Amino acid sequence: MLLLGVLFFPLIAAVLVYLSGNRHAGKVALGLALVELAASALLLNSYNNADALNISFLAPWIDNPHINFHIAVDGLSLLMVLLTTFLVPIIILSNISKTVDNARSLYALVLLMQFALIGVFVSMDAFLYYIFWEVALIPIYFIALLWGEGQDKPFRNRAIFKFFVYTLAGSLFMLLAFIYLYQYADGFGVNELYGLGLSDKEQLFVFLGIFIAFAVKIPVFPFHTWQPDTYKEAPTIGTMLLAGIMLKMGLYSLLRWLLPVVPHGVAIATPYVIILCVVGIIYGSIIAIRQGDVKRLLAYSSFAHVGLIAAGTFALTNEGLQGAVVQMLAHGVNVVGLFFAAEIILRRTGTLEIAQLGGIRNVAPKFATCFMIIVLASVALPTTNAFIGEFLLLYGAYQYNTYLGAVAGLTIILGAVYMLRMYQKTMLGETNALTADFADLTISELLVFVPLIVAIFVFGVYPKPLMDLAQPALDTILNFAVR
Amino acid sequence: MKTLIYTSGLGIVCMLAEMLNLRKVVVPLAVVGLLAIFGLNITGWGLNEGSFNNMVMTDNFGTAFSGLLLFLGALLLMLSSNFYKNEDSRIADYVCIIIFTLAGAIALSTYGNMAMLFMGLEVMSISLYILAGSRKRDIRSNEAAMKYFLMGSFASGVLLFGIALIYGETASFDLQAIANYVSTTQTTMMFNIGVGMILVAMLFKVSAVPFHFWAPDVYEGSPMLITALMSTVAKIAAFAAFYRLFTSCFLIAIPTYAWVLTAVAALTITVGNFTALNQDSFKRLLAFSGISHAGYMMLAIVSMYGKTDNAIFYYAVAYGISSVAAFAIAIVVAKNVGNEKIDGFNGLGKSKPFLAAALTIAILSMAGIPPFAGFFGKYYIFSEAIKTGHIGLTVVAVINSIVGVYYYFKVILAMYTKDSSESVISISPAYTFVIILCTLLTILIGIYPTALANLL
Repeated sequence: MLLLGVLFFPLIAAVLVYLSGNRHAGKVALGLALVELAASALLLNSYNNADALNISFLAPWIDNPHINFHIAVDGLSLLMVLLTTFLVPIIILSNISKTVDNARSLYALVLLMQFALIGVFVSMDAFLYYIFWEVALIPIYFIALLWGEGQDKPFRNRAIFKFFVYTLAGSLFMLLAFIYLYQYADGFGVNELYGLGLSDKEQLFVFLGIFIAFAVKIPVFPFHTWQPDTYKEAPTIGTMLLAGIMLKMGLYSLLRWLLPVVPHGVAIATPYVIILCVVGIIYGSIIAIRQGDVKRLLAYSSFAHVGLIAAGTFALTNEGLQGAVVQMLAHGVNVVGLFFAAEIILRRTGTLEIAQLGGIRNVAPKFATCFMIIVLASVALPTTNAFIGEFLLLYGAYQYNTYLGAVAGLTIILGAVYMLRMYQKTMLGETNALTADFADLTISELLVFVPLIVAIFVFGVYPKPLMDLAQPALDTILNFAVR
Repeated sequence: MKTLIYTSGLGIVCMLAEMLNLRKVVVPLAVVGLLAIFGLNITGWGLNEGSFNNMVMTDNFGTAFSGLLLFLGALLLMLSSNFYKNEDSRIADYVCIIIFTLAGAIALSTYGNMAMLFMGLEVMSISLYILAGSRKRDIRSNEAAMKYFLMGSFASGVLLFGIALIYGETASFDLQAIANYVSTTQTTMMFNIGVGMILVAMLFKVSAVPFHFWAPDVYEGSPMLITALMSTVAKIAAFAAFYRLFTSCFLIAIPTYAWVLTAVAALTITVGNFTALNQDSFKRLLAFSGISHAGYMMLAIVSMYGKTDNAIFYYAVAYGISSVAAFAIAIVVAKNVGNEKIDGFNGLGKSKPFLAAALTIAILSMAGIPPFAGFFGKYYIFSEAIKTGHIGLTVVAVINSIVGVYYYFKVILAMYTKDSSESVISISPAYTFVIILCTLLTILIGIYPTALANLL
């Protein structure tokens, strides 16, 4: 029952926020998101006590086709839920001091998005999962469209629309694949879909249908073209939701709904998929080096990082999957921090052009320190969370193929190049007219950075709880996926 | 059978109301009457009997479709009092013709005999010819009526020709007798040609490609309310007739025409969608999107030997209520702006958030995005098609769903991202009621589809 509460509370919260009026919407939303965080902590407790009543719920929903309203958490789902409930209050807090038009709609949509995201992570029925997956698209579409920051409105409309069409197109093929599977499984539940034993050819077609959906969302090269423009044009709050949590939907779904469902299809396609991922890593990194705009640079860097996660996942080793889980969480935390830093620069100076910035550290030391820590975490410095993740992912990739592993390893070097160069050019050096009176962090801004930095170090030094939590779920997945 | 008689009776009562000078009460009277008949119709649930030598069948398929048609008809009539405000003196005429359209539509979903099929089709079509021209001072309305009449009577001729050929072969008009004949006797070429001609007439009535050319012009020229009537009630009734005819006695001819039906379905979806892309009139956009929706319903016809009546009924419900909501909002907006362009919706998100939200939901449902009703409609249709092995056709349909998003979202973009200089939009209570009801149903049926999806 607790799980039901955790799932539906954001939906109720969204209604409450909408009713609370524009003036208080931000604070109400923050409060309710914190309640949700507390509820998910209770959920963790129930999970540790193996309290079956609280961590799963099953009710028949639709008779024909057989669709159950089946939600449950295993370690993997729980980690994703915790990531969501941890990041959403931070994302709301990051935006709270900003005045926005029609704030109640914005925050209601953010909470609606949280509802759909949690739904995606806890659904154990493919059809239910698909519905949440699609529903998540509607709030983010409106958030990006209506509160977007790009000045060129028609361009923004096109960019956001492209994002919508790409993801929807991918999802529809996933739906076809699920319908196809349903004929054999006579149900959409994980238990029915795992280990179906279709022929290799069928598995390959189903693989392609499902993979396109995830490849667009993650995104995997060459399905990434929606990403930089969308990140740039969306408001930062939307970018954080997209990069911090929504990308993880794709990666999580690889683990839950692709690898164990069509293992032979995966086995046939893996060489090509990993090559695509590695191409994406290198391509994203090189383009990131060439970017003059902080937000676009972060978009490409994010693209390169998730490429590595996907590559490690497809290596199908225990280390690769462990790395994927740890790095999903780490990337979620880090990327929110990075985009928040970009947002602060934008708010203070009105620009994100690297060439126009510089010397901010001289006037804003607190901000410079926070930003530095997050930059170092995202280039995977030891003792930060991303180090553990990237190390395991690269290890997984090496196990799959030494050469591909070596090439993928370039991501750390290239990542250091563009991140540190960006930091150097924006924060160090002499101040100029734009940055001379750059105010340092306010309390509420500092409050955004503190939990992120704590998470970076705690899980950088001691990632074991995360890995222990995920291990049983990964064992099950590997058991079905390696056949 | 009772449903059909009472609906015709209601039409006559409305005509009398005109004579007795009761114009003020005619719309409420008609709506209440239709709802009463709707209730009466439900009492026929579970029966399976024929009346008048099996001219009219009372079975679940017919009862379900009659119920849907009556419901949609009642909703559209609620909109009519405001719509025909300027032509108050003739309102009773229009109301009674709309009810006769419904009577024809009900005959089309309950017939058991070729003669009844033809009568139903004609009653419905002739009423629509008149209604299309009901703005008689508007030249485009006249053009629509004329065009519809010429093309429609041509299709009726082809239908009659086909029925005659079938009669020549089987010596009966009765669907059951024809089915018996077909199952015991080897059919000849004449039968196949007859089926082909009936097929052409049916495809014309559901505005499937390549027999769709009349639809956009007629839809655009007719008054908006009548466009709504044509694209919901008339289209759904034609599909019910189409499905009933082919499942009850022409199933055997399906393999002969399988590739024709498949090609027509693929073309209908594709042409409808791609032509809709370039429209800047909302009415025309709905007309073309209606053509593509007909294509999706064709998928259920193509795979009908897998018993797809549930799928087609659910799709018809989802499409019907979303369309009524969209048309109701379009009527309100068009009345205030003075034209039917998509630009007329500019800034609706700011000036009338309620209307904008309702239209967004209707559009998302038509585009097939969960959790709204249209999504399950598409789901059921696709899953039936995959079950019967039409995977290629389904992929075409899926690609088209994505294209559909493109033009549907033009309206959403207009509402939320563009500014307007228009003044306040006024909306009457009847419209508010219909819009809210349709929106709620779109959500409810989407969240809990079981109730409808296993009806038949």
